[in-house]
Parts: sequence; C-alpha cells; structure tokens
Amino acid sequence: MFKLFDKIRRIPPATKPLDLTPAPAGSRGLPVVDPAKCCGSQACVAACPANAIAWGKDAGWRLDLNRCNFCGVCAEVCPSHAITQTGIFALATRDKERLVGEEPDAFTVEARKLQEAVRSMLGRSLHIRHVDSGSCNGCDWEMAHMLNPVYDLQRFGVDFVASPRHADMLLVTGGVTRHLEDALRRTYAAAGEPKLVVAVGTCAIGGNMLGETYAHHGGVDKVAPVTVYVPGCPPRPEAIIHGILLAVGRLSEVEAL
Amino acid sequence: MADPVMLLTAQFPDLGAPVAGPAPNETTFEVPVSDVRAVATWLHRELKAGLVQLVGVDETPLDGTMRLYYVFQVSGQLLILRVAVEHEFPSITREVPSAHWYEREIQDMLGLKPVDHPHPAPLVLHAGWPRHLHPLRKDFDVASWPEREAEAPFAFHGVEGGGVAEVPVGPIHAGIIEPGHFRFSTMGENVIRLEAQLFYTHRGLEKRAEGLSLEHGLFMAERVCGACALSHAVAYAQAVERLTGCAVPKRALALRTVALEMERLYNHIGDVGNLCAGAAFAFGNTQGMRLKEELMRLNDRVWGHRWLRGIVALGGVRRDLDGPLISDINRTLDKVEHEWQEIIEIILGDGIFMDRVRKTGILPNEVALGLGAVGVTARASGVDADLRRDLPYAAYGDLNFQVPVYEAGDVATRMQVRLVESFESFDMVRHLLTNLPSGPIVAKLPPVPAYGRAIGYVESPRGADLHFLMTGAAGDIYRYMVRSASYPNWAVVPYAVPGNLVADFPLINKSFELCYSCLDR
Repeated sequence: MFKLFDKIRRIPPATKPLDLTPAPAGSRGLPVVDPAKCCGSQACVAACPANAIAWGKDAGWRLDLNRCNFCGVCAEVCPSHAITQTGIFALATRDKERLVGEEPDAFTVEARKLQEAVRSMLGRSLHIRHVDSGSCNGCDWEMAHMLNPVYDLQRFGVDFVASPRHADMLLVTGGVTRHLEDALRRTYAAAGEPKLVVAVGTCAIGGNMLGETYAHHGGVDKVAPVTVYVPGCPPRPEAIIHGILLAVGRLSEVEAL
Repeated sequence: MADPVMLLTAQFPDLGAPVAGPAPNETTFEVPVSDVRAVATWLHRELKAGLVQLVGVDETPLDGTMRLYYVFQVSGQLLILRVAVEHEFPSITREVPSAHWYEREIQDMLGLKPVDHPHPAPLVLHAGWPRHLHPLRKDFDVASWPEREAEAPFAFHGVEGGGVAEVPVGPIHAGIIEPGHFRFSTMGENVIRLEAQLFYTHRGLEKRAEGLSLEHGLFMAERVCGACALSHAVAYAQAVERLTGCAVPKRALALRTVALEMERLYNHIGDVGNLCAGAAFAFGNTQGMRLKEELMRLNDRVWGHRWLRGIVALGGVRRDLDGPLISDINRTLDKVEHEWQEIIEIILGDGIFMDRVRKTGILPNEVALGLGAVGVTARASGVDADLRRDLPYAAYGDLNFQVPVYEAGDVATRMQVRLVESFESFDMVRHLLTNLPSGPIVAKLPPVPAYGRAIGYVESPRGADLHFLMTGAAGDIYRYMVRSASYPNWAVVPYAVPGNLVADFPLINKSFELCYSCLDR
C-alpha cells in the first residue's frame, strides 16, 4: 500500500490542456488541395477507397467528409503534389452541408471560437450515454480515452452515465446496423428532453467505406436527428470533446428560445 | 512429425493429388462432400490439426456449384479441404466442435444446410431476417434492404426451478463498450448459465468488399476492427502478397513487425489497466490508461495514426522510420517499460485485487482446445499456440521470444500472459530497431491472378486473425472472409462464467478482452 501511494505521489499531473491546434504534418488529418497546383488528373478520385473525392472542371476539387476516412492515399497518388494531408482534426460541425467541399479554415475558425467559449461552459454539467450502433470500436475506445487522466473529460463538467434516462446527450458511433436500429431508436426515445445527438466518426456520419448495405443504414441521421457531426476514423479524443462542446453551444440556443 | 500432406494422402489415397500453393505452407485437397466428415475427423483426431477457418464461397457463376474451404493448421502448414456442395453438407461439429459457428454462419449467409448440426439455429442474421435470402450468394444485391418478417425472437435455453432469476444485459451497456446481449440465469449471486447473443454489429463488410480492387480492400481490412486495425491490415496484405508471389522487402517486414509489436503493447497495457477497472481497482485502471495514452501518442508521432491505420501497403509499408523517430520510440518505450514494471509490482502485490482475480472465470483446457480458442485466452488455459512462432510471418522467423503458456485459465493467468508478452514486445521492438535492414520499403505488386485464392494470418494482440481472399476475373475481390481472434474466443466465454458471481462478469469479460466488430463484421 505504501508503494502505491508513493508511486501516485511521484507521478506528475498527467492532464493536458485541451489542445485543438492541428497535429504535426504526417499525422492523418484533413487532406487539403492547393487549387493552383491541381492538374486535374483525377488520380485521387480513382485512388480514394471511400469514394469521397469529386472533381469537376468548373467545380474544382471537393472532399466529402461524409465518407473520407483520412487514409491519405489522395496525397500520395497526386502527380502534381497538390494535395497535402494536414494534421487538422477538429472538424466537428452542426451543418451536414459543411461536410462537403468546405474550406478547412471554416473548421479551424469554428474551433478557435469554440476554445474561447469553452471557458464559459466549464461550469455546465452534461451527462452522456454512449450508443454503439455498429462501429469498429475505434471511436468507442477514443471515447473511453476521453476519461483517461490525460483528457479528463470530467473537468468540463461532462460525464458518462449508465442509462439514457439520465442522459442529455447520446454519443453515437457506427452507421446503425440492422440489428441495432431498434436499440438506437429505443435509447433515443428513453433519453429526456431536450436531448442532443452527436454522430461520432465517419461511419456514424455517412457510413464510411461500407455505405448502405443490407445490414447497415450508413448514417445515424437516417434513424435519429443529429445535432453535431464529428468526422474522423476514428476522431481523436480532442476532436470528440470539440464536438461535444459544439453541441452544448447549441443547447444554450435551444434554451434561449 | 512426418509431413501432414503425405500422411493425409496415405490415409485417404482416393483423394485427388494435393495442390501446393500459392504459398509454400499451403496445400489444397479436393474432397468429395461425402468424405469431408471422415477426412476432417481424422485430421482433427489423429494429426491434432486445428480447424482455423471454414469459408463458404458461392462459385455458381464460375462452375455452377457452391464450395466450402476447410482450413486446418498442423505443424507449420495449412491444409485446405476444398469441397463442392449443392444444398447441404454434413456437419462436422460433433467430431470437430470448433466448426459449430462456421457451419451456422454458412447456413445464414449462403443457405447451405449443415446436416446433423447439434444446434442449427441462425447465428449472424437475427430474428426477422427473411430466411430465404442469403447475403453472400452472388445473386443477392448488397444494397438491398429486405423488409423484416415476422419471426419469434431467439429462444434462450434458460434454467428453470425455484429461486432461479434471469438477468438480461445489453445490447446497449452501461459502460463505453460494444453491443452484445447476455442472458444470465442466476441463483442468488451465482451465475448458473450464461448465453450470449452476438452479431449485433454485423455491417455486411464481407459482402461490401466483393468487387473492390485489392488496393481498396486494404482499407476495408483496416476497418474490420479498431483495436487490432494493424493486424487485420497486415493479414490482408499478406494474403494479397501470397496470392501474387510478391517478395516484400526485408526492411518493410521489419517495420511491420515493429508496428505489430507496438500494437500489442498498447493493447496489452491498456487491457491490464482495463481489467483492474473490472475489479474497481482505480490505481491500476488509471495508470494503465495513462501508459496506453503515452503509447498511442507515440503511435501518432511515429506512424501518423493513434490506431496504426495507414501504415501497410500491398507489398510493403507506407511509412519509413528515420533516426529521430527511432530514438523517440526507444526513449518512450524505455520510460513506459520502467513505469510499467513499477505499476505491475504494485498491482501484483495488492492482496485484495489478487484475491478477486485468482480462481475467477476459469476456462478449462478441454474447452479452450475443443472450441479452438486462440491468443491470450488459449495460452492461459494450457494451449501452446502462437502464430508468430508456429507459422512465422513478417520478421518473426528471425526473432527469439518467449511464448508464455500457463494452466490455471483464470483471470489472473490471462493477465499474467499479457504481462509477460508485453515485456517480450518491448525487447522485440528494441532488437528490431537496432537491427533494421536497409533497402526499399515497398515492392511492386506482381500481376494479380484471376480466381486466385490465398490466406493471410497474423497473431494479433487477441490471437490468430485469418483473412481468406479469393480474386475474381478482373483481379478484384471475389470473396473475402475475416476470421478474427474473437470468433473462436467468444464461443468459450460462456463456459468460464457459471459458478462465478454476477458482479464478476465484467471482470471475467475484460480478462478475455474480445471485440464484437471483428466477430460480427
């Protein structure tokens, strides 16, 4: 027992400030195109395994975050090196339209504004129920990691609860399988009003590489209304926290009405 | 031991000549459906061969028949029985119990009936699925959404008698975990029987993969499972490389091995921490999570992804290591290993915790052996199996490492296996990094044969993952079947729970640490 306390005493505080600045280059974040360099070869369109890239002579290069899983192949195959894979990860948004072809700046501006808003929200309390609607468990684990000493989600007044009846927010991972559709509907119905739904990860947003199959709806909003979408495969814990806080901002709007 | 191919040929001289390949340790036998039970039983009983995968393929567009591929592993070889089947096939579950789920899955997904299966209930497709539809048949449209049909919910066997209560749990759980339904029959605090209904996260991944190019299939493989993403990617890439005869550069093999052991490390350390959570031992849980986070951040810095996605290429790897990255790995691992040693000493010295994990959730050796358990689960129950040593791949053939095997089969032993393996992994990574071969990191993939077939395998942190891959006319994916470590291991969990307290189930479950997504696909 002495050793245990001694070890705890010797460990420096592990908790880090919430950092939404992009990860260093090389980290698999948002791919960004330099339109001046784009040669129109469409090599990226063919190579993208998630079918997330569109290119038109006039419309230019458009990335669809409903499907992009940040594999980075587009940047590797581009003959004119017009695409860079950045470390930008704080991509949560309320508007589904923003997921397609949006300038990366739009997300980072939102992230910066959010960081300012975070401070004012520290006093808030938010209870979350996680629902796995058919994920690969990557998003689920990153969600669990939000509770580790490094991210310490509870410092924001946010915590996970065991029952949807106690929850203000559902964090939904996975693209809703046939076998979990009923469970998701019932969990949504059981949560008290007002309730928020955050779709975590590319599967939950637009089905990732699986899309729609006989067993997979390919998106949470086909079954329940979604407040905030958090792209990533999986999104890192900071990106999910970003999405949660963004959703809470909307809650105050709801209350103001 | 004599060559199993020769032994099998001698025992069953009427079988056609064995076909070797595509890899040197793969041999295929054409077996008539009337003989498959006899051959499989003989392999299992006389050669002690383990059935490691059983795949059904709809080959009717090719030559008008369905086929089953029985994959047996014995003394460093894979023996494959290729069997043409019309509507039904003899179940081998009574003789080779590990066939039980595969046969039920084939019944659901391909509509072939396992005759004389002891429990031929649906497995993958839950109640309400139109039973005349079989998704893995070639005439089934992957994007169709059949309406539910009236069908009674699955019956649990249950237990009857005065004082027996049933506790239903899931599919949505109280914690942050994946979905499955557990039905406990209890007497007071004690579990008498546990039944599990799984396959909630069945996404249709294998069907969706059909028709993809081999390059795109790799990214599907990375998404089979989050926590073993790299193992699945490597297993898939190996299947492609074996199929095409691609010689992967030595440096790429070593880099893959470094990354695979880093995957094992973050999993094992995180899993031991998580196991402490199952006994409400906050210190162990918190410290395990903290060290896991350090390792995941290391993954991100070195490989660009916390979950080690985006490392593997067909024919090699996509990322190389330079001096600064190598010293980052060495520095971080030294620090984590030192702390891990200290923390483990405290965990193992905690009387209350150890009392909770010893003799809890015992998995008997005969169950582990009979149902073909793999990985940590098997090695804690006296099964001496590790693909890294038994069928070496990547750079494992050149490495010396200990494979810990214990008899007790309880929660404490499964933890012990992880502890020993984690220190082996630290050593392996360090050894590989000091002896990193120079040269290219990726080889050009040779042309893909039409209607070729190969198996790739990896010992993931959870055990043996096998990826069965068959190409179509254009070199695209014709059939892809993922047998993850969780597949055989989920089947043994209900045997380790009866006799324990209900409250110990989370602890027992965490000690197995199985995934749902790679089982359900």
